[in-house]
Amino acid sequence: MAVLVDQNTRVMTQGFTGAQGTFHASQGIAYGSTYVGGTTPGKGGTMHPELNLPVFDTVAECVAKTQANASVIYVPAPFAADAILEAIDAELPLIICITEGIPVLDMVKVKRALGGSKSILVGPNCPGVITPDACKIGIMPGHIHKRGSVGVVSRSGTLTYEAVAQTTAAGLGQSTCVGIGGDPVKGMDFIDVLELFLKDDETKSIVMIGEIGGQSEINAAEFLKKENFAPGKPNKPVVGFIAGATAPPGRRMGHAGAVISGGKDTAEAKMEAMAAAGIHVADSPAALGSTMVKALKG
Amino acid sequence: MNIHEYQGKELLRRYGVAVLDGHVAWTPEEAVKAAEALPGPVYVVKSQIHAGGRGAGRFKEDPNGKGGVRVVKSIADVQAAADAMLGKTLVTKQTGEAGKLVSRVYVEDGCDIKRELYLGLLVDRDTSRLTIMASTEGGMEIEEVAENHPEKILKVAVDPASGISGYHCRKLAFGLGLEGKQVASFTKFVTALYGAFIELDCMIVEINPLVVTGAGDIVALDAKVSFDDSALFRHKDLEELRDDSEMDPKELDAVKHDLNYVALDGEIGCMVNGAGLAMATMDIIKLYGSSPANFLDVGGTANAARVTEAFRIITSDANVKAILVNIFGGIAKCDMIAEGIVVASKNLSLKVPLVVRLEGTNVELGKKILAESGLAIIPADNLADAAQKVVAAVKKAA
Repeated sequence: MAVLVDQNTRVMTQGFTGAQGTFHASQGIAYGSTYVGGTTPGKGGTMHPELNLPVFDTVAECVAKTQANASVIYVPAPFAADAILEAIDAELPLIICITEGIPVLDMVKVKRALGGSKSILVGPNCPGVITPDACKIGIMPGHIHKRGSVGVVSRSGTLTYEAVAQTTAAGLGQSTCVGIGGDPVKGMDFIDVLELFLKDDETKSIVMIGEIGGQSEINAAEFLKKENFAPGKPNKPVVGFIAGATAPPGRRMGHAGAVISGGKDTAEAKMEAMAAAGIHVADSPAALGSTMVKALKG
Repeated sequence: MNIHEYQGKELLRRYGVAVLDGHVAWTPEEAVKAAEALPGPVYVVKSQIHAGGRGAGRFKEDPNGKGGVRVVKSIADVQAAADAMLGKTLVTKQTGEAGKLVSRVYVEDGCDIKRELYLGLLVDRDTSRLTIMASTEGGMEIEEVAENHPEKILKVAVDPASGISGYHCRKLAFGLGLEGKQVASFTKFVTALYGAFIELDCMIVEINPLVVTGAGDIVALDAKVSFDDSALFRHKDLEELRDDSEMDPKELDAVKHDLNYVALDGEIGCMVNGAGLAMATMDIIKLYGSSPANFLDVGGTANAARVTEAFRIITSDANVKAILVNIFGGIAKCDMIAEGIVVASKNLSLKVPLVVRLEGTNVELGKKILAESGLAIIPADNLADAAQKVVAAVKKAA
């Protein structure tokens, strides 16, 4: 089954004719996903010169004409919140925003608009979502993935690739990989994705990769304790890792959300909470695959 | 981006936030002029650095002397205080041992303090809303209050659709035990501060302490203002408030080349693509028994020029005894990175051991470029292998 995206996903791209939109749409198509068109305001009515797909001025028009049910956003940061709001207004069920560097107060408004809407947002500042051999939306290298049983959810892009490469090498493969992004205000959080993984038959185990900053890994650990590691619950093995054990407090480590601001947002506190909940915490980012193999053996 | 207290107060004043009168001074003479323009008879001379704990801090040049914030009662004492601060290095709880050079002071009007409160505005990740925090424990570090007396922190989250409303302010005001005209004064203050936060795209605004005066007015005694770097594109005028001298020179250099770099005190220089992987690379270096000299996310569009700049900044740190390059190519292509590494190594005539781990897009091509370069690059097959090899290289060199 996988989660969020599959072979029935019809992908449109906002920022379609730009360099990023063009390149990653072409990669998605080459991977075998269904891309149906996109928007570049002012170029509506034309065909994408390289991809031979229709370009529209507005998201609503694109959805009406192409039956797109997911949109991926490569619009530059100053205009990206507007692009997400347009996609919410067009009632797209799934919106994936790759753009990095959206002002946080813009995202506060977006988050408000998501409440009560028909849309789910993944990102921003994320690699995207992939269900191997079915649908690739985003900037991840497709060839490292293998259809399989591990659900991957992560705040970091390249660290997700690490988890993918290691679970592929271990012969397990992935059901779906979801990059939730490194921003403090974002769409789906760990719990939202974990909820889907727990319900998904194809997902037999989960890798979750967090970072310093914020409380969401601790909230996720508490959620798993109640909803996964309890009698009568799925009890799917979960491997966790938190990046930033060596990061100094008060410094923003690349991601806008990766900053230790005091209290329980250190790597140590998060790893402790995860271990206490029943998650197998990998001590090294190189041990994600091997820790999962051990966890599956019980 | 952080700014100085006096800059923050000047900005907040424009938005109607109540601050005391004051003037910045770069010399003791300017401090005297600044004081003469104030009513007196009490003046406060405050060292301007981007760090808290100034009052309790001490100057390196006079470790047994007074702190970085001084209340004085004559213009002659203003001059003496300014003289004792300017050009000196202030060490506080937040500056680290190195301290920070005081190049300017703020001379401010004295104030009849009845109560000291805390007020902070920030975007709370849990609610995804702008949250106003207030506490009766003014002057204390809020992290300590949060840790020991969480019940003493009052919070209201503001819905961005409706914005701030009177009830938000009243809820805080009554919670703080304000009464009579103080409530109206507080409401005016918080409403103005909220407006400034939104208009200026702030990251954090902290007023600690917020003061209730004998006359019942609410005034900001201190102001810590920092801006959302991602929103600076719509506030070009704020750029001029940036104080480069407050930044690590290597970090400043990196910002100019659009590289994400944080200086650390270890011995292995790191160049990685992606913030999460960059942090994880630092962590695994530590796990294998050494320590990272920096965080560096070279980004997805790394080419020869960027790699050269990154290597130059990494090697400008004298503590660096080896370099670890860790690339998992998604958008970044391994062959482009490899070409960059070869060019940079030759241009900079790199002298420290270099371990390179490449994975992902165009990895075979990248590895071939490195192998055929004739350079003494130590290739690594995976993350663990890379960490092991770079730590071994450092130990061998020692």
